[in-house]
Amino acid sequence: MSVTAILVLVVNAILVNNFILSRFLGICPFLGVSKKIDTALGMGFAVIFVMGVASVITYALNLLLIKANILYLQTIVFILVIASLIQLVEIVVKRFSPGLYSALGVYLPLITTNCAVLGVAIMNVSIPVSSAASGLLIAFINGISSGIGFTIAILILAGIREKLETADIPKSFQGFPITLLIASIMAMAFAAFSGFNIG
Amino acid sequence: MENKKKLTVEDLITPIKDGIIKNNPTFRLVLGTCPTLAVTTSAINGLSMGLAVTFVLICSNIIISMLRNFIPRKVRIPCYILIISTFSTVVDMVMKKFIPSLHDSLGLFIPLIVVNCILLARAEGFASLNKVLPSAMDGLGIGLGFTLALTIMGAIREFIGAGAIFGFSLRALSQAELPMTIFILPAGGFMVFGLLIVIFNVTVDKVSEYSERKKSQQGAKLNTKNETEEEEIAL
Repeated sequence: MSVTAILVLVVNAILVNNFILSRFLGICPFLGVSKKIDTALGMGFAVIFVMGVASVITYALNLLLIKANILYLQTIVFILVIASLIQLVEIVVKRFSPGLYSALGVYLPLITTNCAVLGVAIMNVSIPVSSAASGLLIAFINGISSGIGFTIAILILAGIREKLETADIPKSFQGFPITLLIASIMAMAFAAFSGFNIG
Repeated sequence: MENKKKLTVEDLITPIKDGIIKNNPTFRLVLGTCPTLAVTTSAINGLSMGLAVTFVLICSNIIISMLRNFIPRKVRIPCYILIISTFSTVVDMVMKKFIPSLHDSLGLFIPLIVVNCILLARAEGFASLNKVLPSAMDGLGIGLGFTLALTIMGAIREFIGAGAIFGFSLRALSQAELPMTIFILPAGGFMVFGLLIVIFNVTVDKVSEYSERKKSQQGAKLNTKNETEEEEIAL
């Protein structure tokens, strides 16, 4: 793995193929927990954390599945691993870092149904790699940087929504519709990154 | 719940009607937004995604409703996820074998049916509390509502973005500046979805307001009638 290859991977995951704005993964928390910057930041960090850990574990498990020739169980195994992993993370964080727990607390269980985590796990195993070790590294980097991309998008949206609190929005546009329209404009801005010709 | 009340026809039809209009998963509850935005680049993709979710939803609702007295409260969510992921794997494998081109275009979003919040929400909110048949009907209703929403969105985006509907080109019909490719891109997806929510909600609210006003007017008439009768009796 050269440094350039890693850099390409990171920029690609954060900007060019941003998880929310160009892949449409993790829209539910994106719309649901973006009312305030604080909560958005908490959710973002929780997602980065879980995505990084889940990427590595699911990638390793997938190697086992291939060896045992039961690849059709992939979806079931992945979602169960992610669900139990989140429970485990919750318990560990609660035990060792109460401060972090109270910051992330509510958001950790929500991540189970965040399709971004399962999405990145399934995407990782379809990236062609030269060896298992480099595949594991790529999975980890991809997971972390996808999480960062998610955090950036949700933070921008939360910032705009905080400003909108005082705005006079027509009644039928309040709530989800106006948020979706903001997201649309953000997606237009991010579409500019797709012109990047990297790698 | 456990009393031996007989199921009426209404019990079976109401969930379907509610699922399409009052509880429309896409426009009213705003659940399952990821596939809604991602696969609706064409009407046919939206339709097939909707049908896939409908199948998984009906099956998982039936199984969860059957097992509702056996699943312990504490581990119910993992149980639901396990049941749902079984059926989404079935859909994945069947599609891969028989309609590989569709499987390619929906791609990642078929295994991701598992984490579609509609399924978990209906399992938790309806199937785990109701009998088997109403649960199946609820699955059908919500699934059809989802399918309808996705097909409409797909048709709009395909028409404006690619100048076609269900793959048939309509270039000859329209002299306008079609296609506007942005509607197939993510930005257009967000925009169409936001505007459709507004249109759907305003329409449904206006219609229900109108029918309620009509009902209350009729009720008022009945009341005045009763009052006059009472007066007559008093006289």
